[in-house]
Parts: sequence; structure tokens; C-alpha cells
Amino acid sequence: MANDIEFDFRQNVSRALKDKQLRKNFKFAMGNFILKRKQIFSDDRETEQLRTIGSAIKVRALTRLPLLLEQLEARCTHNGIQVHWAETTAEANQQVLRIMNTHRATRLVKGKSMVSEEMGLNEFLQENGIEAIETDLGEFIIQLNAEKPSHIIVPAIHKNKEQIARIFHEKIPDTPYTENVEALNAIARKTLRQKFFKAQVGLSGVNFAVAETGTLCLVENEGNGRMCTTLPPVHIAVMGLEKVVEKLADLPPLLRLLTGSATGQLITTYVNMITSPRKGSEKDGPREVHLVILDNGRSEILADPQLRQTLHCIRCGTCLNHCPVYTRIGGHAYGFVYPGPIGMILNPQVEGLKKAGVLATASSLCEACAEVCPVKIPIPQLLRRLRNESYSSDTFCTVKECGYQRNLIDSLAWKGWEFMNTHPRINAVGQKIMGILGPRVPPLGPLKQWTRYRALPKFAGKSLHQLVEEQGVENE
Amino acid sequence: MSNRSRDRIFSRLQAAGKPASSASAATPGLPFEALGLDERVDKLRGLMEAVRTEIHVVEATNWIESLKGILRKREIKTLLYAPDTAIGDALTKQWSADDGSDRLPELVVYEGAIEEFKDRLFQIDAAITSTQGGIAETGAIILWPDRKEPRLMSLVPPIHIAVLAAEKIYTTFSEAIITENWPDKMPTNVVLISGPSKTADIELTLAFGVHGPKELIVFILKN
Repeated sequence: MANDIEFDFRQNVSRALKDKQLRKNFKFAMGNFILKRKQIFSDDRETEQLRTIGSAIKVRALTRLPLLLEQLEARCTHNGIQVHWAETTAEANQQVLRIMNTHRATRLVKGKSMVSEEMGLNEFLQENGIEAIETDLGEFIIQLNAEKPSHIIVPAIHKNKEQIARIFHEKIPDTPYTENVEALNAIARKTLRQKFFKAQVGLSGVNFAVAETGTLCLVENEGNGRMCTTLPPVHIAVMGLEKVVEKLADLPPLLRLLTGSATGQLITTYVNMITSPRKGSEKDGPREVHLVILDNGRSEILADPQLRQTLHCIRCGTCLNHCPVYTRIGGHAYGFVYPGPIGMILNPQVEGLKKAGVLATASSLCEACAEVCPVKIPIPQLLRRLRNESYSSDTFCTVKECGYQRNLIDSLAWKGWEFMNTHPRINAVGQKIMGILGPRVPPLGPLKQWTRYRALPKFAGKSLHQLVEEQGVENE
Repeated sequence: MSNRSRDRIFSRLQAAGKPASSASAATPGLPFEALGLDERVDKLRGLMEAVRTEIHVVEATNWIESLKGILRKREIKTLLYAPDTAIGDALTKQWSADDGSDRLPELVVYEGAIEEFKDRLFQIDAAITSTQGGIAETGAIILWPDRKEPRLMSLVPPIHIAVLAAEKIYTTFSEAIITENWPDKMPTNVVLISGPSKTADIELTLAFGVHGPKELIVFILKN
């Protein structure tokens, strides 16, 4: 089973590597994002200061997570926002469906939300006879083509304008073929304005939920998020439970970090802060606001003092942009909703190592992700932890299905290594033998695979002990 | 069902979270230097113009003349506005004094709730609103929509015109939150706006007016 999936991932990777168009699209886009981020974070000292603040805010929020979530719930309820708790994505889907059914609603417009992708909400609603329309331009494009996002910020980045022109022409009735980006945008605007106009319920994600005031903060550039959260009579917001922050004053630094890291912007076009449904004599805004708070494994991640740093993530996507592996294979190859470095640490913890542990191998541990992460998640350290847990025989390992890769050959090899290194005489003999035989070892079995892209190290004829002795250096 | 889920989630969270001793440590704020009035105006202007906002810095006494010019130039036929506000009163007065030679657009009122006004709202050319303030550091205006100036005024019409008093521009967002004591009085909705609606979802090519206004025009009033 595990091997099947590993095989799939490898196949995905080699398929992606062969797709020249895909690689070109990603290379261009990621290069651009790196440049834009650099321009906005041009002052190293200030950036470092910001990252330290951002990281501290998230540490503070996570150390008092249950308290803050209780406070958020109490404030929201007080403000008139209805709060729902979901342990699993299936439960969250049911909650959305129940709200839709209460209103006999069949038309839903959606703002961009990665949690809704995690839930597989669109497919679920479709099976239940509900039309769920993505309204973020990138999400709209890939929904038309029945695809999944390949990037958490720019979901359709794997498509070029010719491909998009074809999708619009084929999937939207009475649409001429045009590669003009302005014209493509105009087509989307016209099509989606009709959807907004008729929608019965709007759904959105949440970037930050403020416990102090019960405020949901959403950032965007297009305005579709504001449409979804203002125009329909009902608004449903879905969020992972790690999105809560303590107070309003935490927002300014986090927003700077989020938009600077994500798109190289000082601020997005809109920062939308929602604290209640339509009140009293107010003329617009939804009459009902629901907040669905999803766990889906997050509370378990919190239990581990090292791995809980995964929950710092503010979903800016900059680790994807800076990852040399992601840039070459794109988001789809990873096979899970969250691709790239953050996906490589998040998916195995949520889905279990058997299913997703192989993702943690797709890294050279170059540290680029850790260097740019706005909330200082030490992604490479966590990757190594997950790799270790995959092989671990330790009863204290915490990740689901840890030790699934443990096997006899590996265990024996390491036992042998341990034995050699704790028995100096045998070690000395062994080194002599390897000095002679080493260069003649045929590259078979695991060695063959290992040496495919690496040169076999040369075994020295003499050990360090010997060399030192010969040079006459003693105990210095 | 939901309540049992809630209990289980909280019991896991409580079991997981051993509050660290530093839990109460305050996070230092972002360091910043308070800017003078002119600097704040210039900074906000520069940043917002860079994301294609049209900015007019005008004397508070005759800004409506500039507005009229802009409305004429763009051939705006309908302007959504909020009566019973300072801006609304000023517009009503000027419009009623007009003998037709100014070719002014029709002033439209947000009549009733959105359910009744929706059809009309989607036909309006432009809307004019007040602002709660501005943020120099990132370049943005702050809107606190209310009963008189509903939320969709700044979103649905293709042109949004906002009026901002220069002295209400804060140096940073944090300063605005603290000075105005937001935590104690968050309204239904607050929105920061830095420019017209835009997207770069197709090949990272920037395009404006994808869902919200295609144009944002800000009058900064100086005394």
C-alpha cells in the first residue's frame, strides 16, 4: 500500500518534470514571486523584526489555544455569529449542507478557501444537488476545467493564457476565443456578477479570527470575497482552529507578513473585517453569519511541542515559491490539497505517514523555506522529524503510523553500524577491509538507487587514527 | 452532534496545551516613527497611486467643484450617495443650486434594504462615501460602513469615490486601532481599501476591476 503511493508520487514527479509547458509556467511565476517579495522586504533588519513578532504572536496564540477559541466562540455568539465545531471534514461538510437546507438554498458562491478544499466541499455539495461556484478568478478557471489548485495563493498558475482562453471558450456559453487578459477578466466579471446576484448563500475562508472582538479578517484583491460575504442573505465562514489570534492589535504585523510574503504587496486591495451579521436598520450584509471551526487532526498536532509549529502557518505560500522542488514539479504532483514545503509537513500529520509520509522525502533540506517563512516554521527540521518517524521504532513517536517504513534490512544495517562503532578493534579491521574492498563494491540494490544521482564516496586506504599516529601527533 | 464534537476537540486541546511560562509575555509592537501631516498625505498618496488609485488633494472648501469635473469627464449618469451625512448634505445643496448647465448626474439614494435595492444597485455608475480615516504606512483608506452608507456602496458600482480628511490619516494601522480604541467598538464591518479591485491570476498579468470597482477616486481634504 505504502509502496503503491510512493510509486505514484514518483510517477507524478517524473510526469511533471517531463511537462515543459508546466515547468516554464512555474519557473516564470515563482521567479516573479521571489522578486516581488524581495522588493517589499528589502530591509533585512526590519523583516527579521517583523518575522520575530509574527512568530511570537502565533506562539502566544497556540499556547493558549483552548482559551482563545472559547473566547472567540463567546464573542462571536454575543455578536450574533453562529459557531459550529467540526472534528472532521465530513462533519464540516454536513454542517454547511444543513445550513443550506435550512434555507432551502441550492446556489452558493465561494470566496477562496483552502479549508474548503481540504473538506472537498465543492464535490460534496454537488453530490447533494447544490451549485457551488468558485468566484476567485484563479479558482473559477480551474473549477471550469474540473481541476484542483496547484498553488495555495494563485491556484491556476499552472495554466497559461492560451489554455485559459480555450477553457473559457469551451466551458462558458457564447464566449469567443480570446487571449487578451483584460477581455478574459471581463468575461469572468460578467459571468460571476450574475452568480453573485442570484446566490442564496456565500461561503468564505478566514485569514485571522480575532478572539478579543469576535472578528473575522479576510484579505483579497479582487472583491469577490467581499461580494460573497456581503451580498447573499447568509454567510458561512470556514476556518481551521489554528487561525485564531488573541487581539486586534495582532493583525497589523500579521497582515504585513501575510501579504508581503504571499504576493509582495504592502497591503491587499481589501482587508475585510466582519464582526456581526446585519444589525438593526443596516441595509445590507448577510442576516445570518455562521462560523464553522474545523479540527481535522490539528488538535493532535498541537500535542507535540516540536510539530505544533506546523500550526503557526498563515498560508502565505511563500515556501512554495522558494522551493526548488515545488518550482520544478508544480502543485499537482504532490497529490494533496496543500502542496510544497508546508504540505510536506502538514499532510503526513493529518493523513498519516502511510498515506503521505513519502512527501517528506521530496526535499533537499536546502533551508530556503525556513529562511523566508514569515512565522519562522523550521520546515526542514520538521521534515527530518517526519522522515525519522517513518522509520522509528521508538514507542514515543507521535505521528500517525510512525515506523511504517521500518524494515529488517535497515534495522540490521543500523544495528551493524552501532556494533562496529562501539567495538574499536572490529571497527579497525572493518576499515581495513573496506579500504581494500570498498572501491570494488558493485552498485547493486539500494546502492544502485543511491548512486543514480550521487558519486559513491571513496573509502580511504588508511583511517584517521592511522594517519594521526604516523604523523606523530599524540593527544593534542 | 456538534456539541459533542466541541467537547472532544476541547478535551484534546486542553490535554495538548501545557501553557508555557512565557504565555503572558506581550509581543512588542512594530516600531514606527510618527509622520507629520504632509508626510502622511504624501506617503498615502504615493502608495495608493502606485496601485492605480486616483488621488486629488484639495481644499476642503471647494472639493465639490473638482468632483463635478470628474463626474462630467467620465460621463457619470447616476451617483449613489448618502443623504443625512456631511457629504450628502453638501452634495444636495450644490445639486439643488445647479440650473442644469453643470450636466450633473442624478443623485441616487440607497432606498430600502439590499433585497429591494439590488436591481437598481447593479445599474449604478458610481458611488460616493465618507471614510473613517487612512493609513499612510501601507496606503489605504478605512471604511466603517453603516446604516447610512451601506457596505455594498463601495463594492458594486464600477466607480467608488471616497472622501478623506487629511488629519484622519494615521501613520500606521496599529495607531488607528489604538487611537480610536477599535477593540471596544468594532462595527458590523470594517474594510481597508488600497485601490481598485484587481487580479493577477492569469499569468500574473495585472488587470483591474475584476469583481469590485474598476476605479477608486479619493479626495483628500485639507483645511
